[in-house]
Amino acid sequence: MVWKRFKWPVYHILVTALAIIMLYPVIWMLFSSFKESRLIFLTADSLFPDTWIWSNYSEGWKGTIYPFSKYMTNTIVIVVIATIGAVISSSLIAFGFARLRFVGQKFWFALMMVTLMLPHDVVLVPQYIIFTKLGWLNTILPLVVPSFFGMPFFIFLMVQFIKTIPGELDDAAAIDGCGKFRLYLQVIMPLLKSSLATAAIFSFYWRWEDLLGPVLYLNSPEKYTVSMALKMFLDSESASNWGAMFAMSIVSLIPVIAIFFAFQKQIVQGMSSSGLKG
Amino acid sequence: MRRNGVLKSNLTGYAFISPFIIGFLAFTLIPMVISLYLSFTNYNLFSSPRWVGFDNFDKMFTNDPKYWNSVRVTLIYVLLGVPLRLMFALFIAMILNTKSRMVGAYRTMYYLPSIIGGSVAVSIMWRNIFSNEGIVNSVIGWFGITPVQWFGNPDASLVMLISLSVWQFGSSMLIFLAGLKNISVEMYEAAGVDGAKPIRKFFSITLPLLSPIVLFNLIMQTISAFMTFVPAYIISKGEGGPMDGTMLYSLYLFRQAFMFNNMGYASAMAWMMLILIGIMTGLLFITSKFWVFYESEGGR
Repeated sequence: MVWKRFKWPVYHILVTALAIIMLYPVIWMLFSSFKESRLIFLTADSLFPDTWIWSNYSEGWKGTIYPFSKYMTNTIVIVVIATIGAVISSSLIAFGFARLRFVGQKFWFALMMVTLMLPHDVVLVPQYIIFTKLGWLNTILPLVVPSFFGMPFFIFLMVQFIKTIPGELDDAAAIDGCGKFRLYLQVIMPLLKSSLATAAIFSFYWRWEDLLGPVLYLNSPEKYTVSMALKMFLDSESASNWGAMFAMSIVSLIPVIAIFFAFQKQIVQGMSSSGLKG
Repeated sequence: MRRNGVLKSNLTGYAFISPFIIGFLAFTLIPMVISLYLSFTNYNLFSSPRWVGFDNFDKMFTNDPKYWNSVRVTLIYVLLGVPLRLMFALFIAMILNTKSRMVGAYRTMYYLPSIIGGSVAVSIMWRNIFSNEGIVNSVIGWFGITPVQWFGNPDASLVMLISLSVWQFGSSMLIFLAGLKNISVEMYEAAGVDGAKPIRKFFSITLPLLSPIVLFNLIMQTISAFMTFVPAYIISKGEGGPMDGTMLYSLYLFRQAFMFNNMGYASAMAWMMLILIGIMTGLLFITSKFWVFYESEGGR
């Protein structure tokens, strides 16, 4: 009887406590970004800084070699182009798979599902060689062009979604003399909005945090992305400017966390219905 | 007339999926063929590839202790990290599978580390909370444990990597949560009437009904764990140290290809990785017959 009454408060306290432990590293990093660099490790076990050092942020924003804003701009350009490419091409392909009948359809779909599980490392070296021979080294082309040919994960996601849209719509459109492309553009696309948004969000995440691509293909610092800028901070740690490094780490996470909170419903749903990332 | 219609609908179909076909050929199939060819050559990107037959594979198997070390480190990482991560994910999913208004907020809190997971910032953070004066050593100090030199000992540094992967259990948790919601409450109630205790309920109801989802999670997580790169790269500053303790397969492949320009050897490594992953997923599928329970079969 006593247990019944206390069950829920105890539950909430325990779950919250565990969540705080989970989030503690991030919180620790946030508060450390306001500490004096030399004190970060001396006071690692106390969360709050004695004096709040805001200059870590302005210091970090000055960046290494180039200002951090430059790395931000570079990253945003890559993310936006790649995301637009991935969303448009994937929706086009998904429409083909979900709504049209053609010879070999099952084969191509199965092939796409296989590429979904194919480890990227297998094509890493030859892709690098191909892009080098094309003269694409030190340009953003290797990072954005492939996304214009559809991302299997997004295609799969959208095919699943399009299949839930009733086929009567297609018939009605056909009677009105609407071709397949107009059907895709004017009937299916507007209904696909939530799916497109999910794909766009995930594309944003993957591009934003991508490190291997930029490390391979970008070699002049003026083209570096945020990930690489952070790595440069780490490499030049002889100066031990921990405060600035933590500050910029936090800055690099702001867009990620902002999007997460703005679209959590969408993300959580997209995740639990497919669950390929993380 | 009819034949024209069939042709036209085929053409339309192919027109829509043509980006996929072109992309598949250009960025997957042709590179795979090239990679297979290169795996039998010596190639340093500057002079043309020289055919060496099975030399790369021979070297890998008999003459490269670093290769075997990377296989060992990766297997430990996968075989410890993935199950731990899934157990954690299932545990949290079960805790959160209640009707409470707070559940949405909790889900968010537990999922957040996974959404920021792959970034350089998190790897840098992880490197620092495990540093010698870092928070982890402070905490274990409270319990009277002597501080661990996380960067001095290869085993300890691997623990650091595994703990990072376990910490990012969010996506598996969400998939488990979706699965748990499909198990009817009546089943638990009926079992309860029969006098089943929670542990019995877990092993006789929850786990069997969830087993297809466990299999799905196991396969996806195994594949992605095999390819882990960024945390090992950042935490060890690209070196795979200390004493190759964090030299995951992907990192070693990257170093062979892009630091030592051994493109042929790296391609051979990539194909071995594909075979290793194939074997592991194959094993999971084969053994799954014995532990995955499909409701449609009506039980055993």
